[in-house]
Amino acid sequence: MSDLATAARVVRALGARSIRQTFRRPQLISPIVVFPTLLLAIQTGGASAGVELPGFPPVQSFLQFMLAGAMMQSMMLAGNSGGIAFAVDIEMGFTDRLFAAPIPRFAIVLGRLAGTAALGLFAALWFLAIGLVFGAHIEGAVPGALLAIALVTASALAVGGIGAAIALQSGSASVVQGLFPLVLVVLFLSSAFFPQELMVEPAKTIAEYNPLSFIVEGVREPIISGIDATHTLEAVAAILGIVVLGLVLSARALRHRLRVG
Amino acid sequence: MEAATAQATAPPAWRANLATIAALMTRAKNELVRVPGAAIPGVLAPTIFFLGLNGVFGALTQLQGFETSSYESFIVPVSMLQGAGFTGAAAGVNLARDYEGGWVDRLLVSPAPRWVLLAGNVLAASLRSLVPATFVLGIAFAIGARWPGLDGLVVCYLMVAATAAVAACWGSMLALRYKSQSAAPLMQAGMMALVLFTPAYAPTELLQPWLEKVAEINPMTQVLEAARQGFVGSVTWADTWPGLVALTGLLAVLGALALREMRRTNV
Repeated sequence: MSDLATAARVVRALGARSIRQTFRRPQLISPIVVFPTLLLAIQTGGASAGVELPGFPPVQSFLQFMLAGAMMQSMMLAGNSGGIAFAVDIEMGFTDRLFAAPIPRFAIVLGRLAGTAALGLFAALWFLAIGLVFGAHIEGAVPGALLAIALVTASALAVGGIGAAIALQSGSASVVQGLFPLVLVVLFLSSAFFPQELMVEPAKTIAEYNPLSFIVEGVREPIISGIDATHTLEAVAAILGIVVLGLVLSARALRHRLRVG
Repeated sequence: MEAATAQATAPPAWRANLATIAALMTRAKNELVRVPGAAIPGVLAPTIFFLGLNGVFGALTQLQGFETSSYESFIVPVSMLQGAGFTGAAAGVNLARDYEGGWVDRLLVSPAPRWVLLAGNVLAASLRSLVPATFVLGIAFAIGARWPGLDGLVVCYLMVAATAAVAACWGSMLALRYKSQSAAPLMQAGMMALVLFTPAYAPTELLQPWLEKVAEINPMTQVLEAARQGFVGSVTWADTWPGLVALTGLLAVLGALALREMRRTNV
C-alpha cells in the first residue's frame, strides 16, 4: 500500500474516532450544539427589533441574519473542543503511542482536523435545518446553502489547526479550555451577531478588521441575499490566512512535542 | 452514665450545624484563595458577555420602548445575574468533583444533617457570586453605567446572591443525580436559559411574541426587573417584591429537590 493511502486511512480512522469522542462526551458536544442553539434562540427573540434600525441590511427576518453568527460560534467552539480532546489524548499518552506507530506524523494532526471539519459540517447543517424549520429563507437557494456549508466546514478546519497547535505546544487540556473566553471575545468583536456599521465603538472598528467578520459575511451573504463573488473571495482569503497560520503553528508545535515527548 | 455526661457536654445541635455550614463555606473560600485561577472563568465569562453585548447590541437603545439610552446600564444586571448563575452552577460541578473524589462519601457518614451539607455548598456559592458581580459592576461604572443608588445596589446584590443560591441548588441536584462532572453543561445551560429567556436584551414590548410569552412565565423575569430597576429608573417596592417572591419560590422548589437527591445519595 502506498504511503499516501496509508496516511489517508490513518486520517479517516482518527477523524472518525474524534467525531465519536465528541458525541460521547457532553462536555465536548454541548458547546457545539446546545449553547449556540440557546444563544440563537435568545438573541433572535430578544434583539429582533434591531432590524428596524436605520442601516440594518434588508433581511427576511432576524433569524435569517443570525444563522451565520450561530454557525460561526458553533464552528469556533468545535475548533476549541477539538483542541481540548487532542490535549486530553496527549495527557493520556495516546498521542505518544501514535508517534511510535509507523504512520506519518502529519496524519495524526490531520486526523484530528478532519474530525473538527466534520463537526463544522454538522454545525452548518444543524443551523441551516433550524433556520428552515423556523421559517428562514435561504436566498441563494441550494447553491447558496452549499457555499455556506463549505465555508463553515473549511473555517472549522482552519480554526481547528490553531486549536491543535496550542494543544501540541502546551500538552494541557486546561490551557486549551482556557481559550474559551478568547473565542467569545473574537466572536463579539466581529459582525457575527449584528451589522458592523451598527456596532458601538471600539467593537465597530475592531470588527471591521477581524478576519472572522470576512468569513461571517461570506457565509451570511448566500443566506440573506444570494451568492456574491466579493464576499466569497474575502471569506476564502480569510480562511486561507488562518489555515496558513494554523499550519505554521502546528508544524512548530509538532516539532516541540516530538522533542519533549 | 458516660453517655449522659457526653450528652450534657455536647454543643446544642443548632450550634454544631452552624459550625458545619461555616466550615464548608470556609473550605469553598479557601479554594478561591488557594486556586485563584478557578474563579477566573466565572469572572471572565460574564464580563466578556457584558462588554460584548454592549458593543454588539448597544444601538438597540435607539428603538422606541427603551426606558434608558444607556445600554450598559440596561445590560449590567443581566451580566451580574449571569455571573451568579455560572458561580452557582460551578458549585454543582465542584460537588460532582467531590463526589468522584470520595469527599462527599466522607461528609455523608458524618453526623451532620443532609440539609446542613447542602446549605454549606449553597451559601458558599451565594457569597462567591459577589466576586464576579462586583467585577462586572466595576467595569460597567468605568464605561459609563448609571449609579443605581444605594437602595438599587442593595436590591441588585440581594438578587445576585439569591440567584447564585438557586443555581447552586440546581447544580447540586444534578450533581447528586448524575454523580459526574459530565453533567456540567446541563447545569450551565439550565441557568443560562433561566437568566436569558427574560427581557435580558430588550424591554418586553420589543421581544418576539414567543419570547415575550416565555418571559412572562419565567420567574427570573421578576428577578431581573428588580435587579435592573435602579439602573434604569427609581427603586420601588412594587418592582422589588415580585423578585423576592420569585426567588423564594425558586429556592423552595429547587432546594427541596436538591435535598431530596442529597437524602437519596448512598442510601
